[in-house]
Amino acid sequence: MKENRQITGRIFDIQRYSIHDGPGIRTLVFLKGCVLRCRWCCNPESQEFSIQTMAVDGKNKQIGRDVTVEEVMEEIQKDSRYYERSGGGVTLSGGEVLYQPEFTKALLMECKEAGFHTAIESTACASYQVIEKLLPYLDLYLLDIKHCNSEKHREFTGQPNTLILENAKKLALEAKELVIRVPVIPTFNDTKEEIRAIAEFAASLPNVKKLHLLPYHRLGQDKYNGLGRAYLLDGYPPFTEKEIEPLLWEAEKTGLACQIGG
Amino acid sequence: MKYQSGSVKKSPRITKLMEDLYRELPEIEADRAILLTESYRQTEGEPVIIRRAKAFVHILDQIPITIREGELIVGSATKKPRGCQVFPEFSFTWLEKEFDTVATRSADPFFISEETKQSLHQVYQYWAGKTTSELATSYMAPETLKAMEHNIFTPGNYFYNVVGHITVKYWEVLEIGYRGIKEKAQKELEACQLGDADYAKRTRFLQAVILCCDAVCRYANRYADLADQLAQQCSDSVRKSELLQIAVNCRHVPEHGASNFYEACQAFWFVQMLLQMESSGHSISPGRFDQYMYPYYKKDREEGKLTREQAQEYIDCIWVKLNDLNKVRDAASAEGFAGYSLFQNLIAGGQNTEGVDVTNDLSFLCIEASMHVALPQPSLSVRVWNGSPNEFLLKAAELTRTGIGLPAYYNDEVIIPALMNRGLSLEDARDYNIIGCVEPQKAGKTEGWHDAAFFNMCRVLELVFSNGVEKGEQVGIPTGDVTQMQTFEEFFQAYQKQMDYMISLLVNADNAIDAAHMERCPLPYESCMVDDCMKRGKALQEGGAVYNFTGPQGFGIANVADAMMVVKKLVFEEKKLTMAELKEAMEANFGQGISNEQAQEVTTSVVKELLLTGKNVTEEQIAKIFIMALNTGISPEKKARYEEILSLIDSVPKYGNDLDEPDEMAREVAYTYTRPMERFKNPRGGIFQAGLYPVSANVPLGQQTGATPDGRLAYTPVADGVGPMAGRDTHGPTATANSVAKLDHGIASNGTLFNQKFHPSALKGQQGLQNFVSLIRTFFDKKGMHMQFNVVSKETLLDAQKHPENYKTLVVRVAGYSALFTTLSRSLQDDIISRTEQGSL
Repeated sequence: MKENRQITGRIFDIQRYSIHDGPGIRTLVFLKGCVLRCRWCCNPESQEFSIQTMAVDGKNKQIGRDVTVEEVMEEIQKDSRYYERSGGGVTLSGGEVLYQPEFTKALLMECKEAGFHTAIESTACASYQVIEKLLPYLDLYLLDIKHCNSEKHREFTGQPNTLILENAKKLALEAKELVIRVPVIPTFNDTKEEIRAIAEFAASLPNVKKLHLLPYHRLGQDKYNGLGRAYLLDGYPPFTEKEIEPLLWEAEKTGLACQIGG
Repeated sequence: MKYQSGSVKKSPRITKLMEDLYRELPEIEADRAILLTESYRQTEGEPVIIRRAKAFVHILDQIPITIREGELIVGSATKKPRGCQVFPEFSFTWLEKEFDTVATRSADPFFISEETKQSLHQVYQYWAGKTTSELATSYMAPETLKAMEHNIFTPGNYFYNVVGHITVKYWEVLEIGYRGIKEKAQKELEACQLGDADYAKRTRFLQAVILCCDAVCRYANRYADLADQLAQQCSDSVRKSELLQIAVNCRHVPEHGASNFYEACQAFWFVQMLLQMESSGHSISPGRFDQYMYPYYKKDREEGKLTREQAQEYIDCIWVKLNDLNKVRDAASAEGFAGYSLFQNLIAGGQNTEGVDVTNDLSFLCIEASMHVALPQPSLSVRVWNGSPNEFLLKAAELTRTGIGLPAYYNDEVIIPALMNRGLSLEDARDYNIIGCVEPQKAGKTEGWHDAAFFNMCRVLELVFSNGVEKGEQVGIPTGDVTQMQTFEEFFQAYQKQMDYMISLLVNADNAIDAAHMERCPLPYESCMVDDCMKRGKALQEGGAVYNFTGPQGFGIANVADAMMVVKKLVFEEKKLTMAELKEAMEANFGQGISNEQAQEVTTSVVKELLLTGKNVTEEQIAKIFIMALNTGISPEKKARYEEILSLIDSVPKYGNDLDEPDEMAREVAYTYTRPMERFKNPRGGIFQAGLYPVSANVPLGQQTGATPDGRLAYTPVADGVGPMAGRDTHGPTATANSVAKLDHGIASNGTLFNQKFHPSALKGQQGLQNFVSLIRTFFDKKGMHMQFNVVSKETLLDAQKHPENYKTLVVRVAGYSALFTTLSRSLQDDIISRTEQGSL
């Protein structure tokens, strides 16, 4: 255990009182580095593993710091009573947690040791051998499925979806709880047919009962400017309730319990 | 079945009553002041308690009465809705000075007619030299008056007005009526022995009580007559029968005990309204309404005489009536208590004297009523303890989600031991309710003097930097030249010394005011409903209550704590800054300039000082001083250094982020106020107990405070309540709550106040509510005392500033109470907007 606590990883934020990524009141730890390059990503500073500089409100800010599991646990422990009261816990997000598997595993182990509910928010875009090592310490897998068409997936995220879908099938059998999340993105997957296809895939997975639609928002736009990058989805307003509801109804036709937002 | 949690529909009557209430600007009426003065002129030379009673009698017998359209619960203090009476026996000069501005001022304007001005002007001829405030001034030490002139603290509340801040034995009026109370007084009177040492005062007090009881019964009968008369003229058969019922009610209560829930509601209302007719007190708090009204509700329900919907309508009517009462304050106090608020605190839920949870059906209906009316009154509170039912807290959270800033949540687990530490019995402590903003006490036994002063801890810090001198005057004690101090401890001790001194002056001021009320305005009507006044034959103001306290509230903890961290870290540990530099930077407002208006004020005071020392000041010199005040005279090098200093300050860890060092500093800073306070006694035989909350005075009193070492700019608001300085808590609501919980709330037994602001999305859905409840529960597990919330989006508030006409009834939590947003001054609006918004994503 002691060794675990000394393992280092690279994170770029810790967010307390998160209430949309898993049950109850949670602390979110954002890991740096991702294999995908989703055009809509609201955390573009999470994609590169390297420590970067981003302009925030006109000031340059260093994004990313190397921390030990112990240091992260100290921060997580501060809200332990809130987790107990609310049935909450810890969610690791990113970036992609599978990008730093050893650190992720150590962190999850420590969280379980402390008695906290654990979740990861992940693309599952990694070798299954990497993923399965985490499962004993994981209560909830929040898995992003973005598109069923591999070519379109590659176009918008930089990677095909084959590995992700394969892993999803295995996770459905082996993860304690698997929830499918779909970022709904204009021009990418915002048609009834595309959402229906994803929902049907999710419904075909054994043990999967819940699906979350996460409507596109552009709160990450300033960060692209801050990183000196172009924002490819410029000009698309967020969905209105009227636009998103038919998609929800479409997904619900599969019999899954569906909701908008986490 | 203990309770039902389902919602009840709002009746159209309530909507109509509310519309009528807010149709016009509230108006000042002179009737009470005229009648009071008539009576006083006739009773010269009689014992003061008898004079008070006779004046009360004269007012109740003669004051115009009215039944408003559609009312089911009747009794109005003024002819016009939301009007207010005037109370010249406490103070009047301020109102006379403000006659021509009171209708146009930014905070809480009131219409006043020329006729009323004239009547009041005549009344005031009589009162010169006879008010409590004049007597209080004459009782104060010169150094106290000087400290008040310099705004170190302000005991304005009771200096200008009566105390109020009480919960009387409503339940006794419901049980035995004023006839029963009168009989008690008569028995006590009969028991008086001619040879008793206190025979004179005791008998006069009891006689005064009897006069008051009779007057209240006659007053209710005047309403009965009026209702009968209106019924005769009424062509609408439904309204006619309502009026006839009102007449029946008013003939029976409050003279006799209530025989059903409707009567109990009417009796309650007479008590509540007449307390505010006797004197100008605010924070007259209904307390545990859901408990003392419950037997009547339960009986009627069991007998099938009352539906839940009917009960809800009566309660809703009371809620509307609570907003019909009003009070005019001086312009400065109006800023401090902005929003026409009367702080009538009503609390639901909690445990009984035996420690059993007694949340009942009425607890739910009270919350429902606040959802229906969505108005600032009553200041609805909820008691939370480990045994509180979850569905009750969820219902309360639903009300929070509506964004009206109600209810406030209170922690039994901290308050009960805190009260016991002040000498309350276990039973009494368990039966506590809240007075006004956040002040806990035991109803019907306490004269708590809960809102005794605002004490601005930042001003004391300023005095430390100036060695006690301000504008050429020695205001504080000399605590040494800060630039010569060698250690942080030395600096902190200087602060403690200055605090001790200023607290003693504050006590001097409060006790002078206390003595003045005792001498000039004992209140027999209020006193007959609080133990042990009748047995002791003493009014509350004379020490008649079982529990006596004085509770002045300190604020600015976050600023002083952050300032202490800056001095400790930057000056003494890291030596990145000298004390002289810090002092200079503060004097120059960190090179950030000040507004024209403030520069003018500074210039005026500098010029006055120069003139006082006998120097001539030319126009040219005045212009120079003004430019210096505006800070345009600062060299670029200096300006750069000030910028640097500000950014150094910015890097020092701040209170409110769940970091032990600054949080422990805040705890120590709070102790510099709470600990010395408990050593002092008041003239009623009780002790002082500190509160930590500013109501909304952190804004206006911040405008009188220069720049502070924490980087807070001159004349800007100081921190609100026990919370962190606005914008400095950056780690979310749990981190903020953890920091606040690290203070010692138990010693601040007069109450602490913790505001949090949430975006509606944080409370979305059942899950959102549950998480919110968990947040409260956890803060309370960690021994937090009080928590309240603003749930309004920033966009909504900004839009309300732009288009106030669309937001006439937008209610926000200000501080310990809710107010109509558009009636607040612009600066207070800005402050509310800038309070950190939590959980927005």
